[in-house]
Amino acid sequence: MTRDDEFRQTFKIKGRDFSHAGGVSTEIKEILQEIGIPTQLIRRVAIASYEAEMNVVMYAQQGKLILSINPETIQIEVEDKGQGIKDIELAMQEGYSTATEEMREMGFGAGMGLPNIKKNSHVFLITSTPGVGTYLKMIFYLDHEKAS
Amino acid sequence: MTLKEIKELLQAEVICGDHHLGTEIILAGGSDLMSDVLAFGKPGLLLLTGLTNLQSVRTADIIEAKAIIYVRGKKPDDQTIKLAAEKNIPLLSTPLMMYEACGLLYQAGIPGVSPANNSNKAND
Repeated sequence: MTRDDEFRQTFKIKGRDFSHAGGVSTEIKEILQEIGIPTQLIRRVAIASYEAEMNVVMYAQQGKLILSINPETIQIEVEDKGQGIKDIELAMQEGYSTATEEMREMGFGAGMGLPNIKKNSHVFLITSTPGVGTYLKMIFYLDHEKAS
Repeated sequence: MTLKEIKELLQAEVICGDHHLGTEIILAGGSDLMSDVLAFGKPGLLLLTGLTNLQSVRTADIIEAKAIIYVRGKKPDDQTIKLAAEKNIPLLSTPLMMYEACGLLYQAGIPGVSPANNSNKAND
């Protein structure tokens, strides 16, 4: 489904690797800055991507993030191999979390991650199989009219 | 209010980013929860936190915060300081606790980021 006018890059995310956690999102932010995406939109993408990246680091063994940019949209897909989410509806509620004490000490695990991702993306999709992994897709429209 | 004036007000020491002390600060927020900072933080924020790990700097970078002040005399490790220097984010440490540090800044006229806060002129 790759288009001729689409930029695509895949990043690996390692589970439990807290010293590099957030590095992929920083890189994405820099790419978006280089190609001149409006600052407001970069913030939205960076926040959503960072939360998704932290989720992989905290809950999964490994994962990957695929960034696709075309003239209309920025799309981020995050796929991980890990424990998955049993009840997505519950996980989407602000304040609900299955985080361990260690994750909370990192400043995360307050049950804000998925709601933050949903709030910042224009289209948000999540599927998960417990014991297998989770797939997230976020779409951000470059055209502000479409976004509202 | 400049970062230098804030440093004096909070009896803070500069961990890195001395050359950024002239930066003007127009809004601030305090939290140890990085997800809260991501949800409510605004560009230009001065972040007060008790969380000293790498994620404090990563979060500040993502939301485009101007600086971080660690409360209760806490100091980050070398790896975190190195990342902050790379990202041009000045780090300070105050012996004050979160409540006092935030209170002094608010008293000095620096607004917060709460949506319910009418005195938040930084949104204009």
